[in-house]
Amino acid sequence: MFAAFFIAPIVYAIGDSLFSTKASGLGFGAPEKVFVFLDNYAAALSNPSFVASLGRLLAFAAIEVPLMVVTAVGLALLIDSASARFPRLFRVVFFIPYGVPGVIAALLWGFLYIPATSPILQVLSAAGISVNPLDTNSILFAIANIALWGFAGYNMFILIAALNAIPSELFEAAKIDGASEWAITWRIKLPLVRPSVILVTVFTIIGTLQLFVEPLVLRPLTTAISSDYTPNLAAYNQSFSQGNPNLAAAMAVIVAVLGFAFSFGFLRLVNRKGNRAW
Amino acid sequence: MVSQNQRIRPPLTSSIAVNSVLVIAALYFLLPILWVLVAATKSPGELFSSFGLWFTNSPQAWENLRNVFTQDGGIFTAWVLNSVLYSAVGALVATALSAACGYAIAKYAFAGRELLFSIILGGVLVPATVIALPLYFLLNAVDLTGTYWSVLLPSMVSPFGVYLARIHANAAVPDEIIEAARIDGAGDLRIFAAIATRMMSPALVTIFLFQFVTIWNNYLLPLVMLNETKTFPLTLGLTLWNSQTQRDPMFYQLVVTGSALSVVLLVALMIGLQRFWRADLTAGASKG
Repeated sequence: MFAAFFIAPIVYAIGDSLFSTKASGLGFGAPEKVFVFLDNYAAALSNPSFVASLGRLLAFAAIEVPLMVVTAVGLALLIDSASARFPRLFRVVFFIPYGVPGVIAALLWGFLYIPATSPILQVLSAAGISVNPLDTNSILFAIANIALWGFAGYNMFILIAALNAIPSELFEAAKIDGASEWAITWRIKLPLVRPSVILVTVFTIIGTLQLFVEPLVLRPLTTAISSDYTPNLAAYNQSFSQGNPNLAAAMAVIVAVLGFAFSFGFLRLVNRKGNRAW
Repeated sequence: MVSQNQRIRPPLTSSIAVNSVLVIAALYFLLPILWVLVAATKSPGELFSSFGLWFTNSPQAWENLRNVFTQDGGIFTAWVLNSVLYSAVGALVATALSAACGYAIAKYAFAGRELLFSIILGGVLVPATVIALPLYFLLNAVDLTGTYWSVLLPSMVSPFGVYLARIHANAAVPDEIIEAARIDGAGDLRIFAAIATRMMSPALVTIFLFQFVTIWNNYLLPLVMLNETKTFPLTLGLTLWNSQTQRDPMFYQLVVTGSALSVVLLVALMIGLQRFWRADLTAGASKG
């Protein structure tokens, strides 16, 4: 009978999260006043700048996701390798940016991207090289760098934990068989942390598609970012400055569906190629 | 954690290579933080006219700090306190709810249990931005937008927390102990509060910390919900100042010093709580 006590908060919690999620599609995509069915979706998808922002988002994901996963795996393996001198210290240092809110990270990198305040650009221009990270061509990389800076350490943390969970007998056995450090990394460590790598990849895909804060903060610094630069920015604008919350909801749902499609697509891909990992 | 393979000394060249990559990576991760700490000692003019990574002849950290705390009637202090309030209360309630939900799903067989858990798992995958806009309209309908509650209530729900709590309740609380406590006459509520929560405590600390940082770093939700500056958290407040830089360049220095303060605050917290970051729990979760 006390079970009821536990069910109440579950229902509350689930109800809350479920309701809000579902409501985005059902409650607002088709508002109670007029039932428009898929009109908002059609409007969103026939809006050229929204479609362009989707394309931009995909390009960004294509840069960000591999960059993030490779960096996180690389750092985790390096710290875990026998050669690393101060693994604990490095682990803490790499993890620090996770505690810096995305907005503040974007503000700081914003300063590091303008020549007047950036030590890197100052050194480069003294050497006769002039770079503008906020240029139309490089802006996606500039944003990817901010996201990488903020989350690579966090993802690395998850992977290190997975590496630590590998039984040490395996390494000893491999050493007795004469395996090199390199062989141990490729043949033992990487295959065994595969589920965590997949987890990190899925989280990165989802996080990437939410791209919102960084372009919002960098916008005043450059003309390369428009008010509907990413789908989330477009949705935010539709809802709060254009007064069109229904269209905004449709846009948000499109992004979510895209996220699900990519996550599950990725999971199916890795599950088909090897043993089931999820 | 140093693993067993430390015993055999690796060749020197690989050691140099590995450690130099690590040092370069460390510099990369520290660069913006070092920059902001140095920049916080400069006058607004010097900020744009001096070399970024070194101090100027007339450091004025103290004056900058005073400006940050006196600007707009000391609103910066209110922002810090708001951030702490949102994060601490939100994370605390989220942890309690997650513990109760996770424990119930792990230990009680009821109809639709697996379905419920799948829905929660699905919740982990839903981007926060997708929820924020509809949530605004929902809370607007009950007149809660603009209040502290509009940020606190959504922060109290953590699907990831429920997920971790369930995994850990399964692993750490043996059924035999629950049986034994029942035979001794303890009620279900008491078993949960006195026994299960204690056995799950490492997981609960992790859930609390994850949720704390998530709420602390959150920007979109307060941006959507709040309109009065005195209810803003730190992230929103600093961007508000940042948006005024075009009107008055003085605000650049306020943003820089304010950012430096918030970074120092959180870095101190993270290093202080370092040993509580038990990411191995999430590692175990990914095998589930």
